[in-house]
Amino acid sequence: MSVLQFSREELVDVYRTMRTIRRFEERVMEEMATGDIPGNTHLYAGQEASAVGVCLQLRDDDYISSTHRGHGHSIAKGVDIDSMMAELFGRASGTCGGKGGSMHIADLRKGMLGANGIVAAGAPITCGAALSAKLLGTGQVAVAFAGDGAMNEGVMSESFNLAKIWMLPIIFVIEDNGFGEATANAFVSAGSFTRRAESYDIPTIEVDGTDVFSVYAAAGEAVERARAGGGPTMLHVHVPRYYGHYSGDPDTYRTPEEKAAMRRERDCLSNFRQRVKEVSLVETAELDAVDEQVEAAIGRAVSAARAAPFPPTSALTTDVYVKYL
Amino acid sequence: MAQKSFRQALNEALHFEMGRDPRVIMMGEDLTGGAGANGVKDAWGGPFGVTRGLLDAFGPERIRDTPISEAAFIGAAAGAALTGLRPIAEIMFVDFAGVCLDQIMNQAAKFRYMFGGRAKTPLVIRATYGAGSRSGSQHTQALYPIFTHIPGLKVVIPSTPYDAKGLLLQAIRDDDPVIFLEHKMLYDTVGDVPDGAYTIPFGEARVARDGKDVLIIAIGRMVQVAEEAARKLASEGISAAIIDPRTTSPLDEDTLLDFTETIGRVVIVDEANPRCSVATDISALLADKCFDALKAPIKLVTAPHAPVPYAPNLEDAYIPSADAVVKAATSIVKR
Ligand SMILES: Cc1ncc(C[n+]2csc(CCOP(=O)(O)OP(=O)(O)O)c2C)c(N)n1
Repeated sequence: MSVLQFSREELVDVYRTMRTIRRFEERVMEEMATGDIPGNTHLYAGQEASAVGVCLQLRDDDYISSTHRGHGHSIAKGVDIDSMMAELFGRASGTCGGKGGSMHIADLRKGMLGANGIVAAGAPITCGAALSAKLLGTGQVAVAFAGDGAMNEGVMSESFNLAKIWMLPIIFVIEDNGFGEATANAFVSAGSFTRRAESYDIPTIEVDGTDVFSVYAAAGEAVERARAGGGPTMLHVHVPRYYGHYSGDPDTYRTPEEKAAMRRERDCLSNFRQRVKEVSLVETAELDAVDEQVEAAIGRAVSAARAAPFPPTSALTTDVYVKYL
Repeated sequence: MAQKSFRQALNEALHFEMGRDPRVIMMGEDLTGGAGANGVKDAWGGPFGVTRGLLDAFGPERIRDTPISEAAFIGAAAGAALTGLRPIAEIMFVDFAGVCLDQIMNQAAKFRYMFGGRAKTPLVIRATYGAGSRSGSQHTQALYPIFTHIPGLKVVIPSTPYDAKGLLLQAIRDDDPVIFLEHKMLYDTVGDVPDGAYTIPFGEARVARDGKDVLIIAIGRMVQVAEEAARKLASEGISAAIIDPRTTSPLDEDTLLDFTETIGRVVIVDEANPRCSVATDISALLADKCFDALKAPIKLVTAPHAPVPYAPNLEDAYIPSADAVVKAATSIVKR
């Protein structure tokens, strides 16, 4: 995919979304240290080009499902960062009214079917969303994001099979950061992920997840197939994970050198800057200005979240049912 | 006696029993946290630091890091238990039992009965449970009522470091499948724990505190809440006894009935959702077997019939509080 297929404005937008995810994550890490964000979060930093490259191919009403590492997917799909930040702080103004937290951010108005605390659980749910789209004839497609670790849950294979026999408009995006928590993928996964999908006759594309243009191209092919009634596709996206598994992870199973090299050599934002510089489409100063705007926007989100009230105690037992009696 | 944490107590039990019996093996996700990654091993000591040092002591054949495949490895543990090993399998959060419930509920729990008593399944499934960590609805449930409901499973819920060690040793030596539930918020609690091995039989409740005005029955972490409530009640001149059943299956009915007979007033504190729960089960037992001894209605202090919320103020309101226990107790003592 050539950079030149994008307009200047589009390139700036792509950059802005990736930078927003990065800065959101860095800021969440900083805010965690203050103790004001409850619990733990799983940070997406390093993987931005995957979410952004895929979601750029989607319509506003297309569906995605996410994992426990859901902030990046949510932002890429257009979920408002103010309500996401408020959710992380457990406030009533959050995406889920403070009831969900980091691992359960969802926004159905944006087709975002939820982050998920259960590994691989999003895959079958997304098959269901794709089935809705197919039977209701809406032309929507559905994307299930999952990690390399999730590939070892049986429900992934079951979902591949279902997606193929029902010819669902679905794309499985496997974000391979080499780790499931602290355990290396090489230690727990047999064979190849793409061959697993291919054994169900699902077409696959392997792609460098630090290059937003490659991801965009791969996702484009998959989305086109899905919309045309051609059924599922699986993308195997290779990404780095900058932080530990979760915000409290000492991350001692990787060496400092390894982590530094990852940030130096496999950074989607530097990669992007390099690519647009080569074709002299966007001035560096313009990207720097985006960085400042993003910084300010995240700052506002944090201040608003801090100022927002917690949910009332009466909310404890609401929303359990639509109607109970 | 040496002071040790709940975490340490469990670690000692695992070390001891694996050293004593070569058939004991362990499996689970991140059990050695980082095994195989660039030569770094045991970096976490397990997701909650409980299994630290076991890899060094017993090697990767007996301490197995699994893929994220609960249905497969819990099923494999059940199969291995049926055929000569004594596996301890770890489900990181008991909520994930949802992924492998078939292997627990329809397979491991049923082997012995379905096979006409000709099978043994010496399997221990360890899992963390409970609210208080701000982890949201899918990582905080107190699911022991579900397991207690299923014949064939034994269900153990220790509340102190001492009990944790003795009950875990008992669980590993038991020939039935045991669900062993560790409250995440108890790992750092400290108490007397002997260095040597000892076991605590299943189905024997612990009298955590003697008293005469009201009986508080509390499960797992709720024993701490009950103790706080008992101290407050004492300052108001009310003497509360506390019983910790320790295992909900088998259940020490005798002790519960004896204390109810003598005291006549009962509060049951349970972190699980209240419908079809251990609290309702014990309450029904007492009403059925010693109705005449009751001087007041049995009071239940439980979580509401709702998932665990994320917002800190809501999660705090969700977990039964000492004040709620005090209120329940006073309401029946003053009757
Ligand atoms: C069914 C289930 N098992 C285990 C876990 C605990 N857990 C949460 S995230 C995770 C690792 C997931 O790895 P991967 O799918 O590669 O995603 P990544 O963390 O790398 O983004 C594990 C084991 C869980 N949440 N759900």
